[in-house]
Amino acid sequence: MKYVDEFRDPDTARILADAISGEVEPGRPYSFMEFCGGHTHALCRFGLEDLLPSSITMIHGPGCPVCVLPVGRLDMAIALVLEHPEVILCTYGDLMRVPGTGGQTLRTAKSRGGDVRMVYSPVQAVELAQKHPDREVVMFAIGFETTTPPTAAAIKAAEARGLSNFSVFCNHVLTPAAIDAIMTTGSGATGARLDGFVGPGNVSTIIGAEAYDEASEKWNKPIVISGFEPNDLLQSILMLVRQVNRGEARVENAFARAVRPGGNEAAQRLCAEVFILRNSFEWRGLGTIPGSALRLASGHERFDAERRFAMDYVSRPDHKACACASILRGEKAPRDCKVFGTACTPESPLGSCMVSPEGACSAYYLYGRHRDSAARRVAAE
Amino acid sequence: MSKSRLFTRKLDLRNGAVELVHGAGGKASAQLFEELFRPAFSNPALDAGDDAAQLAGGARLVVATDGHVVSPLFFPGGDIGCLAVHGTVNDVAMGGGVPNHLTAGFILEEGFSLSDLKRIVDSMAEAARMAGVTVVAGDTKVVERGKGDGVFITTTGIGTLHPDLATPPAAHRARPGDCILVSGPIGEHGVTILAAREELPLSAPIRSDTAALHGLVAGLIAAVPGIRTLRDPTRGGLATAINEICRSSGTGALLKEAAMPIRRPVEAACEILGVDPLYLANEGKLIAITAAEDAAIALAAMKRHPLGEEAAIIGEIVSDPDGFVQMETPMGGRRMVDWLVGDPLPRIC
Repeated sequence: MKYVDEFRDPDTARILADAISGEVEPGRPYSFMEFCGGHTHALCRFGLEDLLPSSITMIHGPGCPVCVLPVGRLDMAIALVLEHPEVILCTYGDLMRVPGTGGQTLRTAKSRGGDVRMVYSPVQAVELAQKHPDREVVMFAIGFETTTPPTAAAIKAAEARGLSNFSVFCNHVLTPAAIDAIMTTGSGATGARLDGFVGPGNVSTIIGAEAYDEASEKWNKPIVISGFEPNDLLQSILMLVRQVNRGEARVENAFARAVRPGGNEAAQRLCAEVFILRNSFEWRGLGTIPGSALRLASGHERFDAERRFAMDYVSRPDHKACACASILRGEKAPRDCKVFGTACTPESPLGSCMVSPEGACSAYYLYGRHRDSAARRVAAE
Repeated sequence: MSKSRLFTRKLDLRNGAVELVHGAGGKASAQLFEELFRPAFSNPALDAGDDAAQLAGGARLVVATDGHVVSPLFFPGGDIGCLAVHGTVNDVAMGGGVPNHLTAGFILEEGFSLSDLKRIVDSMAEAARMAGVTVVAGDTKVVERGKGDGVFITTTGIGTLHPDLATPPAAHRARPGDCILVSGPIGEHGVTILAAREELPLSAPIRSDTAALHGLVAGLIAAVPGIRTLRDPTRGGLATAINEICRSSGTGALLKEAAMPIRRPVEAACEILGVDPLYLANEGKLIAITAAEDAAIALAAMKRHPLGEEAAIIGEIVSDPDGFVQMETPMGGRRMVDWLVGDPLPRIC
């Protein structure tokens, strides 16, 4: 596969890993946050932490849309589909299994008669609306800047087809606002510990690398925009180590094959037309962050499911044993959570980080828990 | 044999409901069997938990049964008819049986077209003829329109234990140091169904690998009569099948990703669809576990058969108190390969 094979080449990976080991200064610890869940997943799936020197700690960030969606928003979706038999709720697969209040999920709502359908793209929801004019089709839209343009395009498509039975339950959130939240949360303790960020390359294909200049300067942290293949990540970590060693803090683009200067302006224009900033939005773990999420702009309000079905947001607490909030803030690692791998597993998750393959707990459980086990055994001997 | 706890919570038999995931062939399916079906029917043949059961009483009979609910009914490379033959013939073969007879139960939906039914039955008859099995009994029920989805087929297969076998192959017989072999490239049936359902335009054609494997198995047993374990990695894919074997035998496994046979178009489709080929269903592949000294002989025997030309040794059984299946990535790191959790693809077979 072109554009994949060369970035998974084992020889290149070893050269990069050796270069990282050669660059780290003896006795100096390095802590980097990979913001994006896709990066967390790649680190675990390809076993990349085995290739890094022990002085480098990767801290998993909040960049998993399923993870940061708070319980209250999920409860809204579950209530919508159970209380409105006319509704077909379209959702990405992972969302089906995230527990809401009392452990209810969209999957259990479906087995109790709610019409929940899994889609891969919001355009499929528009097609469903066209096929079922007697039903109300609602797209449960979540995600960062990468998934926002497809939602906008679906709304434009519904508009062009004159569909009056399609709407969007909009939960799109913004990356730079979350980086600010990470840096200030817990009186800045996590932020102070971080030496830099691996930036989400997929987000930058839309908003450009420059979108992080302000954060990098404000917080004096290097940010390297990275692709999602193993060698992309190793290259980005190498660039971060070099910046740290030189005392630099700037944005570098290690994903130039996909991220153009300025990002994708057509997508930005489309989103600016369809969406506007919400005053504030609650994130799981990061709390209520001003100017961190989108809703439908005037002229497109008729596609707003919250308005159409008079859905009200009520903030609800996470399961009380769940440490997702601290994990999403980078304060705790999955293994620090008391219920990790015992009461909370991917088949029966208590918190959102155990659901999506991009969630830190799920990635660790599925790909990395042999490490903890081996460490425990060594300790016991 | 120590078994770590596999399920996070017990099934809620008072208030719970059947979910699609209970049919996915992963952890939830295993739990439904362990906590509902097995306690009700418990006996040594069933409790062994293999694809097919060896019957006590000296007759050396091997029996397996399999329900088929695939959607769509017709897909590139096959249809529900031939699948219903292959699925059960393969289960009998994995138990070391030479399949002889099938029975078939049809649940039809009112309104289903007779021409489609004829296509399915003809395909089934052709598959049975090719496999050398006869369909000796059957049953047909019809449910009201809307109460079924066209056609569901359940088949039961009966065979006799292969004469060369001293001990039938079984999951619990895997031992640390044994080699793990797979008979060919994985994920093809799963990707075919997924692509057909999503109407995914693929630049390279991918077809279901559905096929009867008892010929391949016969060659394998003749070459290595001491073969430890045979398993066809259908729902839940290769990853789940190896986890099941490790759980039954109280072992772990170490796989080599670089050795895993996967065709390029399947790999590319998996990248696009965001699915892992290790978890996709196969309908014409088998996993064999052999003692290390038999591995090369087993590999050569598989490669001699048209359905095993691309067979490979993909790893080994190891001693692991946690029963973990791990995989060495091409970069030299390691990762776990866990059971299938959730349902990437309902009604795959």
